[in-house]
Order: sequence, then C-alpha cells, then structure tokens
Amino acid sequence: MIHKKKPKLAVWKFASCDGCQLSLLDCEEELLAVAGAVEIANFPEASRAVVGRTYDLSLVEGSITTPHDAERIHKVRRASKFLVTIGACATSGGIQALRNFKDVKEFISIVYATPAYIDTLNKSTPISDHVAVDFELRGCPINKYQLVEVLSAFLNGRKPVTPRHSLCIECKLKGNVCVMVAHGIPCLGPVTHAGCGSICPSYARGCYGCFGPKETPNTSALSAQWEKLGSSPISIKRAFRGFNAFADAFRKESELYEK
Amino acid sequence: MNNSAKNDYPPGLIRADDLEHLLKALGAGGFRIQAPVIRDQSIVIDEIKSAGELPAGWTDEQNRGHYRIKRRSDNAYFGYVVGPYSWKKFLFPPSTAILEAKRTGNGFQVSAAAETVSPTAFFGIRPCDLRALQILDRVLIGSEYRDPIYQKRREQILIVAVNCTEPGGNCFCTSMESGPGAAEGYDIVLTEMIDAGQHNFLAQAGTERGNLILQQVPSEKATSDALKSAAEAVQMAARKISKKIDTADIKEMLYANAEHPRWEDVAKQCLSCANCTLVCPTCFCANIDDYTDLTGETATRVRRWDSCFTLDHSYIHGGSIRSSVRARYRQWLTHKLAAWHDQFGSSGCVGCGRCITWCPSGIDITEEVAAIRSGTVKAKAI
Repeated sequence: MIHKKKPKLAVWKFASCDGCQLSLLDCEEELLAVAGAVEIANFPEASRAVVGRTYDLSLVEGSITTPHDAERIHKVRRASKFLVTIGACATSGGIQALRNFKDVKEFISIVYATPAYIDTLNKSTPISDHVAVDFELRGCPINKYQLVEVLSAFLNGRKPVTPRHSLCIECKLKGNVCVMVAHGIPCLGPVTHAGCGSICPSYARGCYGCFGPKETPNTSALSAQWEKLGSSPISIKRAFRGFNAFADAFRKESELYEK
Repeated sequence: MNNSAKNDYPPGLIRADDLEHLLKALGAGGFRIQAPVIRDQSIVIDEIKSAGELPAGWTDEQNRGHYRIKRRSDNAYFGYVVGPYSWKKFLFPPSTAILEAKRTGNGFQVSAAAETVSPTAFFGIRPCDLRALQILDRVLIGSEYRDPIYQKRREQILIVAVNCTEPGGNCFCTSMESGPGAAEGYDIVLTEMIDAGQHNFLAQAGTERGNLILQQVPSEKATSDALKSAAEAVQMAARKISKKIDTADIKEMLYANAEHPRWEDVAKQCLSCANCTLVCPTCFCANIDDYTDLTGETATRVRRWDSCFTLDHSYIHGGSIRSSVRARYRQWLTHKLAAWHDQFGSSGCVGCGRCITWCPSGIDITEEVAAIRSGTVKAKAI
C-alpha cells in the first residue's frame, strides 16, 4: 500500500488510571504493525520524543476533573484532525464520577492535609461534554482488539466494527449459558454495551457494566428482574454506580434507588 | 433434506444398556456425535463419544426467565427437553468468515473462506427442533438463493430424533404441530420407555441409512404392547402441555393489531437484549462485517448472528427504521407467527419455549399473543 506519509498519532491522558493507553502497548503481536502503520508522534507513556504540533489522530484517555484540564482538552482538539476518546473515563466520566453524586469539597477536606492546594471541579465529566469527539471507544479498560479495530478502520477509511448492542449477544456468540436465567445471578449484560467479549459471564459472574449502557437500555426492566432475584435496592444502586456511573442511563437508574 | 420418514422399517426394542451400541455404530459409520451434555449446570449440545456422557438421571426445570437442572428419580437418558442452544449453531454458525481479499498490485484477489465439514449425527434432537431444521431448510436452501454454508453442513447431518414423553414448563409444540412426537425428517427416532424396572428404547428407522445403523444394534422385535405404550407415552406428554398459542387466523389477527396497546406494554418489559432471537431455533438473521488489517493488505468479510432487536439491524441511510423497542418486539413476533406464512409458507415458531425460558425479563410469547387476541382492536380509520 502506498502511503504518502504515515499518519501522526498522539495519545493524551486526562484523569484516568492509564490502563486504556496501556492497552495500546499491550497489543503485543499487533504492536509492530501499529508502529509500522502510524508515526507515534506524542505518547509520553511510550516515548519522550514529541514530533510536530498537529496530529492526524488523537486518542484521548481520561475525564475532565480540573480547570486546567478543561482548558487543555481544547488545545488537544485544536491540534487533532480526528479525536477518539478511549475508555469509561473519557466516554462517561469514569469511576471518579462518583464524586458527581456528592460534595467534592467534603472529600477534599477529609483526604488532603492541605485542602487549599487542591484545585478541582465539582464534577468529573466525559470529553464529549467539552469538545467535539469523532468516535468513542467504550470500556474499563478498553478491549485491545477493539482498539486495533478502531485504528485499522481509521487507517483504511472505514467505520469501526464496535457494535452498540447488548452484551447478551456476545455471550450467545460465544456459547455461554445465561448466568441470570440458569444460575439466578444478577447481571448487567442486558443493558450493557458489548465489546469486552463477555469476560465475567464466561466465568459464571454477572456483568459489571464496564462498557456502559448499550443502545436503548431498559434499565428499569432489568432492575425489576434483579429485585425478583433478591437484589436489595442498595445493591442495585451500587451496580449502576460503577465505572460508568455518570453515563445517562446508569445515572438515572441509580438515582431512582437513592433514598 | 432427502430423509423424509417412511415407516416401513420394522420398529425394534433396544435395551437402555445397549444404547452404547447405537453410538458405536454411528461412530463406526464415520459420524461425529453431537448430543445433550451437562455443562455450566445446563444441558447443552456438545460432542460425545459414549452414552455415559449423556445427562442420564437429570431433568430441567423451565419457567419464564428461569432454568435449572435437577436430579430425576429415575435414570432416564432423555428426561429433559431443550436447552439454551439449538442445533442451529452447527448449521448456521454464530460467526463465520465468508471471504478474504488480498491486495495484488493495483487490484485485489478474493477467495472464499475454506471450510471442512465432517459427517455429524444430531443425537437426541427433539421433534420441535427437528421441525425447526425443516423450517431453516426452507428458508436457507429451499429456494434458488441458497446459503452455501448451511447447505454444506446440512448435507453431512444424520438425524437421531428422540420423541418427548415429558414436556417442559414452557413447551407448546402441540400448538405449533411440531411435537411431542416426530412425524418426519429423521433417519432414526427413539422413544424412551421406563416402566416396572424395564428401561428400553423403541427405535424406528426413517431412512435406509438409519435402518443400516440400527441393524448393527442389538434389539428385539417390538411387540404391539411396546408400540402401544410408546405411543401412549407421547400422547401423555401432549396432554401435559399447558402452554398454548391459538393459531386460528393468527396471521390476519396479528396484521390487524399492529397498533394494539399491548405492544407498548411489552416494550416496557423488553430489554431488547436479543436473547430470544439468538436462542430461537429458526431465527436466521445475520449481519455482515468487513474487517481490514492495519496495513490494508488483507480484508475479511464475516457473517455473524444478528437480531431484529438491535438498532443496526434496521439501519438504512439516515437512521434505524425500528428505533422503538415496541416496533422491534412487534416486528419479531409478527414476523415469526404471521409474515413467515407469507414468506415461507409456514409459521416460524415451533413451540420449543426457548424464548420464554431465556428471556432475562421473563416475557412469554404465548401470553403476549393471547393478550393481543383477547383485546383485538378491529382495524379502524385513524
């Protein structure tokens, strides 16, 4: 294939654990192919070298939690032709969005010896609340095969195959037996976005919803079924307050179970 | 396929202890054997080598959104009904590469994905699932447009059916005229009989190749008493079935009720998770995905199970036609029970009850049809 120039790739970190950008380094077999297909121009986790000031593709990890980051994301947007957010933090605010349901100032006063040094926002918000995002890749963490798929799609000018349907479809494609029906285990699969490969149900555990809400999620119907299986209101609230607590559908459902 | 049953082969009585010989004969005939086995506390279909791997002494408890296996008081080999996966998965695989393309100079070269298929016996397939195969045959290879993947696999299948003598909690095959006894389409059909310490199978060949297999199994001539009690056992199962769908004019009834308020009610309970369609033995919808590698040198086209419950399924330029769950549930049920008649000349439902059991929300198709019928809104001007 004739490339005039390899596209320049940048990886940016906001409030996050680094797990998603590490998925890129975790690509193992595909890593050389990735390195061959793009010029890794700005990726502090992998290299100190910084090439140029503008990028063909930016992968953005993390949520916006500080005034400084709320500014910085606009610079990243301006420097990027395509901006793809990766992971639950960047796409829904992440686990740190649990602060959004409480008073963050209280936390600061309890946790930090000198609260005055802390400059933080009241809410942890997804990147798409701040700038235009070209594509969102879900997951906590993202699935490295899906990341390679997004890169392949970008390089070849096609739409990535990352379906928005339920996790149940992945279970059925895999041949899993439904843990909810056959074992009575509460599972978030029926309202959760596919993508992980049904890891937890494959080990007879219920889905934890790491990939956030699927398209048209019917959270209240699922909660009703969880109640029938014996789940308490508090456990239902906690189930929806995971890594994607601030994703609209999950947030609304958990708020229904708030006293 | 070409194995429509003829009952001119003499029925034989096989002792349960001799079932092993039937499996050996199938193995010797070059068949891999797919049969019910226990995995993940469920009865699924997988490859077996001996009768000892069958779930003897187990049954399944099925209810709306509920499945458990339990011990039986006897040692019946087939004392349960259908599990989470139908035989569709062997003939219409969940995911399969259709073709590959490689870049060559200025163009590209396309090759069909190679696949080898070995002769396989479907051992223990129930009458409802057998009927489902006949429906899939009609849909996928019954017209001038044939699915080569299905056809290639289907040609390798030998059918050892097992009549039902005990229905499950969600069975309604009697409504769909697909059971509990198998009428046709088998190479061999077995009826299990446990009575007064006797544990036997009435074995009936339906085709010459089935007959040749049975001839290798020790058996005695079935007495008229044995024939009678096997027939009674199947009739008894039919009487025990409590769920039903009234199929009278069902096509017209459903077409007339496209705006019934019940669709809105069921949409409140429906998760649009797609489980019902994927466990259904006749749902055949698939999606085609194209993949490229990072270099853009090779591309793969993959077919995988899809469902009318996803938004992408009805996506055309500009958006999804069935954006509401109401529209998606209505589409599924109406296609299965009504439009299927127009399209393929039969119902698409065989009454296996899987969509009821494996719905995490416990929606019952028989109840939905009854509710729509009872409140039939006569078509009226808007």
